[in-house]
Amino acid sequence: MSLPARISLLIVAFAAVVAIGAFVVLHYFLGGPATVDYSTGVTPNTGATVHVVMQEDAQNTVSTHPDWVSYFIQDPKTKAWEHTTLFKVPAGSRIDMTIYGFDGCTPLRNPVWGQVTGTIGDVEYVNGKAMHQINSWSGCNVGHTFSIPGINLNVPMATPSNPNANLCATSPCLPATTAKNLYKVMTFSFNSPHATGEYFWQCRVPCGGGFVTGFGGPMQTLGFMTGNMDVVS
Amino acid sequence: MAAETPAQPPAAASEPNHGLRIFLPWLVLSVVADVIIWTLWRPHMPPGSMSTAGVNQQFDIAVMAVLAAPVMIFVLLYFAYALIVWRQKPGDDADGPAIHGNTRIQATWIVVSSVIVLFLAVFGTVELFTAQGSGGGEGASPIFTADVKGPLQVQVIGQQWKFTYRYPQYGGFETTDLVLPTNTWVEFHVTSIDVIHSFWAYQLGVKADANPGVDNIAYTKIYHTGSITVRCAELCGLWHGAMFDFGKAVTPAAFHAWAEATEVHLAAVTKLLPPYALTYDPTVVPQMSKAMVAAGLTGGAGLYYPPDDPAEP
Repeated sequence: MSLPARISLLIVAFAAVVAIGAFVVLHYFLGGPATVDYSTGVTPNTGATVHVVMQEDAQNTVSTHPDWVSYFIQDPKTKAWEHTTLFKVPAGSRIDMTIYGFDGCTPLRNPVWGQVTGTIGDVEYVNGKAMHQINSWSGCNVGHTFSIPGINLNVPMATPSNPNANLCATSPCLPATTAKNLYKVMTFSFNSPHATGEYFWQCRVPCGGGFVTGFGGPMQTLGFMTGNMDVVS
Repeated sequence: MAAETPAQPPAAASEPNHGLRIFLPWLVLSVVADVIIWTLWRPHMPPGSMSTAGVNQQFDIAVMAVLAAPVMIFVLLYFAYALIVWRQKPGDDADGPAIHGNTRIQATWIVVSSVIVLFLAVFGTVELFTAQGSGGGEGASPIFTADVKGPLQVQVIGQQWKFTYRYPQYGGFETTDLVLPTNTWVEFHVTSIDVIHSFWAYQLGVKADANPGVDNIAYTKIYHTGSITVRCAELCGLWHGAMFDFGKAVTPAAFHAWAEATEVHLAAVTKLLPPYALTYDPTVVPQMSKAMVAAGLTGGAGLYYPPDDPAEP
């Protein structure tokens, strides 16, 4: 092989290695879902109220895994539904949560997670009705949970009364234009910790069907059924 | 060939007794090191002296350190001695004396090594089979059992990504809080309801695998109150690194008060739980299957995730 050919080959090989490295960094480390910011304009550690809005759908039509169950978060400024599970809240604040539950039921593997913990008053309101626990084994009435282990928060998500739920054709679903019996509205409040940092949250229902113990796929992928609550000051 | 006349070997009479010059400092340093290890370092070795299992592990680690220290000192001392004494002198290009082996040294080496290894094999086996190894979990039929009536039973349930604890002697309530009494034998029943986890209560010296369908029993008795760090020690998925919590050891009176109050507080959710069992198989829990069938989710013949369903795509 001639010298110019060797040099060319070396340059090409070097470029390939650099490209692979850049792809890994960009795709796996810097890529990922966006973070919805609920902290802008709120003074932390004052007990101010922040209203976070989310929804959980049986599927999504906005990713490369359309059959994966997924959460969405509403941007507080644009009101657009973002396909992400990362959100930012101010420290030492009251977080008022509203979660629209569009997905159908899957029983909890451990019914202890049917208990509401960590919210103010250890209560959630399902379509306005106060609930302290939901028995997912007595009826098909729990779809998912919203759980932040770091602050001992656990809230079961009730399922729509209509058995034809899950049929929201395109995700994110639109509560304003969807029949009321096709979704449930869960509201609850909790206090964000004073200690800043990332608090991971997860769903405790093994709703990753087709994966080992139902806890693979969307259950272990940011942007679907688990994410981070970034507490900032 | 540079020289036809072979180099003259150094006169044996001028050689100092290298063995003695290495042995004496080694003996002094080894005794000093072992005394320091046993008296000063041992009380501070991990995992601490909070429980029987912890103290036993301190003892085991100290014994191994006492055995290892003389070996390590010998290697380092010999290395240093060789560098200093047998260092090539400037201008000395002669070959060293030929090595013909030394039967006495070789025999000593083999005997000492064999004795150390065999002792550690016997020592390790005995330590695992007796109370010292009881914190590691010995399966459903542990070789060691606490020789007391009615130890406190605490079931540890691993699940992605949290440990929960059931107290069958207090109505079977289940909580995320690990609270234990001092001066009481605790009988952990460690299991999992999804993937493999490992229950590691650091200060207690308890580290037992949490496997689905397996009741892994571990014993310990706590000596004094304090905080307990619990971690999962088996890679179990995305949030394995965040699967930790903090328990606490309290006086027996405080524990009893807490347990009774918690039993009442959690009475409603305890009714939702399956009856207390040593293991839980989500695929055959009747109540869960019933709920699935009621919901029309019969794809798994009414079972939850049947054995042939969890398949990686």
